[in-house]
Amino acid sequence: MELHRLTIQQLAGELAKGQLSSRQATEHLFQRIERHDPAIHGYLELHQDAALAQADRIDKRRSKGETLGPLAGVPLAIKDNICISHGRTTCASKILGNFQAPYEAHVVQALNAADAVILGKTNLDEFAMGASTENSGFGVTRNPWNLQTVPGGSSGGSAAVVAADLAYAALGSDTGGSIRQPAAFCSVVGLKPTYGRVSRYGLVAFGSSLDQIGPIAKTIPDLALLLNIIAGHDRRDSTSADLEVGDYLANLDKPVKPLRIGVAGEYFQEGLDKEIAQAVRQALDFYASLGAEIVDISMPLNKYALAVYYIVATAEASSNLARYDGVRYGYRDKDPKDYIDMYYTSRAHGFGAEVKRRIMLGTYTLSAGYYDAYYLKALKVRTLIRQDFDKAFEQVDCIAGPVTPTPPFRLGEKIDDPLTLYLSDVYTVMANLTGLPAISIPCGFSSAGLPIGLQLTTKAFSEELLLRIARMFEQATDYHLQKPKLQS
Amino acid sequence: MIQKNVTSLGYRPTIGLEIHVELSTASKMFCACPNHFGDPPNTNVCPVCLGMPGVLPTMNRQAYEYAVLMALALNCRIAEFTKWDRKGYYYPDLPKNYQISQYDLPLGSDGYIDLLVNGQTKRIGITRAHLEEDAGKNVHDLPDCTGVDLNRAGVPLLEIVSEPDLNCVEEVMAYARSMRQLVRYLGISQANMQQGHMRFEPNISLWIFDDSEPDGGHYTPIIEVKNLNSFRSLERTVAFEIARQAEEWQADPHGYRMDKMSKQNRGWDDVREVTVYQRHKEEADEYRYFPEPDLLPVEIDDAWLERIKAQLPELPIARYARFREEFGLDEKLTTLLTSERTTADYFEAVIQAGASPRRAANLIQSQGMRLANEKGTDVAELGISPQRLAQLCKLTDDDTVSASAAATIFQAMLESDAPPEKIASERNLMQVSDTSALESIVAQVLADNAKAVADYKSGGKKAKKARSFLLGQVMQKSKGQANPKVVGELIDREVLGQT
Amino acid sequence: MPAKIDPDQVRRIARLARINLTTDELEQFAGQLSDILNYIDQLSELNTEGVEPTTHPLKISNVFRQDQIGQSLSNEQALANAPRTHGDFFAVPKVLE
Repeated sequence: MELHRLTIQQLAGELAKGQLSSRQATEHLFQRIERHDPAIHGYLELHQDAALAQADRIDKRRSKGETLGPLAGVPLAIKDNICISHGRTTCASKILGNFQAPYEAHVVQALNAADAVILGKTNLDEFAMGASTENSGFGVTRNPWNLQTVPGGSSGGSAAVVAADLAYAALGSDTGGSIRQPAAFCSVVGLKPTYGRVSRYGLVAFGSSLDQIGPIAKTIPDLALLLNIIAGHDRRDSTSADLEVGDYLANLDKPVKPLRIGVAGEYFQEGLDKEIAQAVRQALDFYASLGAEIVDISMPLNKYALAVYYIVATAEASSNLARYDGVRYGYRDKDPKDYIDMYYTSRAHGFGAEVKRRIMLGTYTLSAGYYDAYYLKALKVRTLIRQDFDKAFEQVDCIAGPVTPTPPFRLGEKIDDPLTLYLSDVYTVMANLTGLPAISIPCGFSSAGLPIGLQLTTKAFSEELLLRIARMFEQATDYHLQKPKLQS
Repeated sequence: MIQKNVTSLGYRPTIGLEIHVELSTASKMFCACPNHFGDPPNTNVCPVCLGMPGVLPTMNRQAYEYAVLMALALNCRIAEFTKWDRKGYYYPDLPKNYQISQYDLPLGSDGYIDLLVNGQTKRIGITRAHLEEDAGKNVHDLPDCTGVDLNRAGVPLLEIVSEPDLNCVEEVMAYARSMRQLVRYLGISQANMQQGHMRFEPNISLWIFDDSEPDGGHYTPIIEVKNLNSFRSLERTVAFEIARQAEEWQADPHGYRMDKMSKQNRGWDDVREVTVYQRHKEEADEYRYFPEPDLLPVEIDDAWLERIKAQLPELPIARYARFREEFGLDEKLTTLLTSERTTADYFEAVIQAGASPRRAANLIQSQGMRLANEKGTDVAELGISPQRLAQLCKLTDDDTVSASAAATIFQAMLESDAPPEKIASERNLMQVSDTSALESIVAQVLADNAKAVADYKSGGKKAKKARSFLLGQVMQKSKGQANPKVVGELIDREVLGQT
Repeated sequence: MPAKIDPDQVRRIARLARINLTTDELEQFAGQLSDILNYIDQLSELNTEGVEPTTHPLKISNVFRQDQIGQSLSNEQALANAPRTHGDFFAVPKVLE
């Protein structure tokens, strides 16, 4: 198999055997990036020198027989809202265009400790606000499966580079579906861990009570391996859970038996693309054929989740993004009239339209006279949604459904209609509102040849179970093995 | 409309005070930067207190416990469950453009403090006490720009809000000083005014008595004066505002009323000594508070609360009452001795070591406080152990040394670790009370001063003066070591034949 | 559906958010935000009386740090990203007190 097609596990095996050096693998990917990324534009910044230096370091240590980390010499990509202490962290926003963090995200430290090689930073919707990566301040990312369609978002860059074999895996972040939706659109696997499973330290905040970092990879075992490395308690994030982290790889290939999978009728109502509905049903049939019991469950509050999400996420965002004022870092407009004007013009010119829209919405729902009707109401419905899930998990081990209501849409198709674009998140936001872990795995292709994803959700902190259930499907299907044809 | 005779109407100032106290933790409220004043600008800063993207706050346990300790000392109800909220406003010294604070669930509420004002006890209600982070500092004296120093950003700040129970300048000052004394007693803040550890925001209005109104009067509009950082400016601000509002009201008795005008912010102009209207920021009250998602709630159970309670020392007002009762000291001396916990502790240790309360109190007040003041420290830190001071008190009480010699010895003890008795003998400061040793001096002085002896004997107008003169002569000849009481007795015996 | 917010309200919100908007943006946002708020309004159908609000997905509390001093940045590091500095300070246009 071609070098770039390997999974992390395969590559790590080759490197361990000494058949291949990390430098070779890293250089190979940079060459491939040079050839294919101009069309896709998955990367915002490449860390070529640092990556090759790290690859050489690992190769040297390997040649000395030193014990190396589980990702030794494996080239990976990082979404550009995760801070690395060299290079820039821009969140694809002009307001952070030149920002260089003097600190490193917990997950990046974890990857470094595992001896990974970081290729560079991937594109996203500005501040992770979007479902298409069209809201990047530095140009759109295209879907490797069809360059006229979007890769999803906001981790569109991360999903696209993994799909196009421009990285062996990548980290993304998921506030309302930002890992799972692009994973589904690009036919790769993506996991949003339980809220608190992975430290948010160093992840530029969008919606703090919703954000989680997670891996995007080619296979479930790679996902499990990455989760092994990034999961765990971090005292710098008070919301990181102080719980034991298991070995997600250990029992990964053991099928879950008995297995009860819940399916909500509400997921299959209007708005869901027919081909997606069909692919998801086929996946369920497949699980049934493996001995799973498919249980009809009811999620009556499903239809309210999106409204709750857009209140909570934008309220938190309006506050989280207040710090971009051009005082301590970031963009400041030239020659403001006075210090007050400095805020108004820097923020007007530094933020893109979608970010402004969400800041405005969040500011509105928190403002005097509207707080109770919108924000407080949303927090209460959030409680009810959580109760819905708790109830469901008394009956089932896992809830299955679509990731997205439609296959990847065409670039520009929804850019002028924010509400319609928001509806892309309809199936994914529940996991963020409840904090539950959720995964997207490839489960088919539309008649136009565009990827379709299956979403699985389990109880809080049950990623081990979730990955095993996903692995059952992956082991018996070959959707994840199909690759986009890239023109060079 | 009938013009009321305003001069016949009285008013009562109605004042509430918000106090901000910086807590003296080692590190900041939500990050591990030093909580330290006076360092070069922007050196006690890190990504968290600079509000950089992607970093997160973590709660300082000590700061929380300090705040609870104060709330307990203020007799507050301690919230079993509190959370953090973000208060949004834009200002260059506020790095995140929101302040982490406690909005609807303050850690303490519904408390009180008893004040002593002119010998009377007055109870002042405490509305709430909550914890938040301080802002940095804008530096205005630079050319062409304002500088921002964020060393202070994130320092733990305790806000204490009183009920509008203060009715005059004296009460406001007594309240403010009591708060300073209390935080120092608790050891939760140095309350150093020069370093801005304590800031005041009075809310002032006047209740105008007017029997013709259904409520028996009305209020003038509330004025809030922001950010006063000295007792002097607080005192002058309150006095100025009371007078200013009375004047405003007299000029416009029907318009200058709380029900016709909204609350205003004014600032204190330290140069002109006036308050000045600060143009209303239209969204000043639009802080868009909401629960801080990056921090988890705090729940205090009984066991934790008991552990904090156990750290409560005897509070100033209780100590004052006990000192008066137990040691029979007067108001002024007791106030001095209980003003600082260290002084009161020291005083008690001296008594514990065997000194008489009155002697110890007098020496601490007359010598200790003076010397401590000169050295810019406090009495307990002078380097005189309670045991040594107690020895000095005993020497003075049993006339081994005179009161004036005691003062000299006290000062000498600063430079020497020797026992006071040794210092006294080395410096010939022991009193001579031995009658036989003094008799010859007395005899000689009487022989040399026949005129004075005669004056004294005559019992006339000059007698008292003559006796003093003779006594002085003996003291001089004894180089101050004679016990004046014994000398007086000897003179009386020799001259008047009294025994 | 009736418009929830007009351009004047958008202007008021933009002021709270410290963002200058052009007249076109005011119009555009008024329409878009109205659409979104109309959508969000479906929450009013739900009875949430007596329901506790969820502010954190995790039900944990009392996560503290010991009061210990850690590493700070140097002045140079602290100011490294600043658009404008003056000596050891971040610099902004004159703030009138």
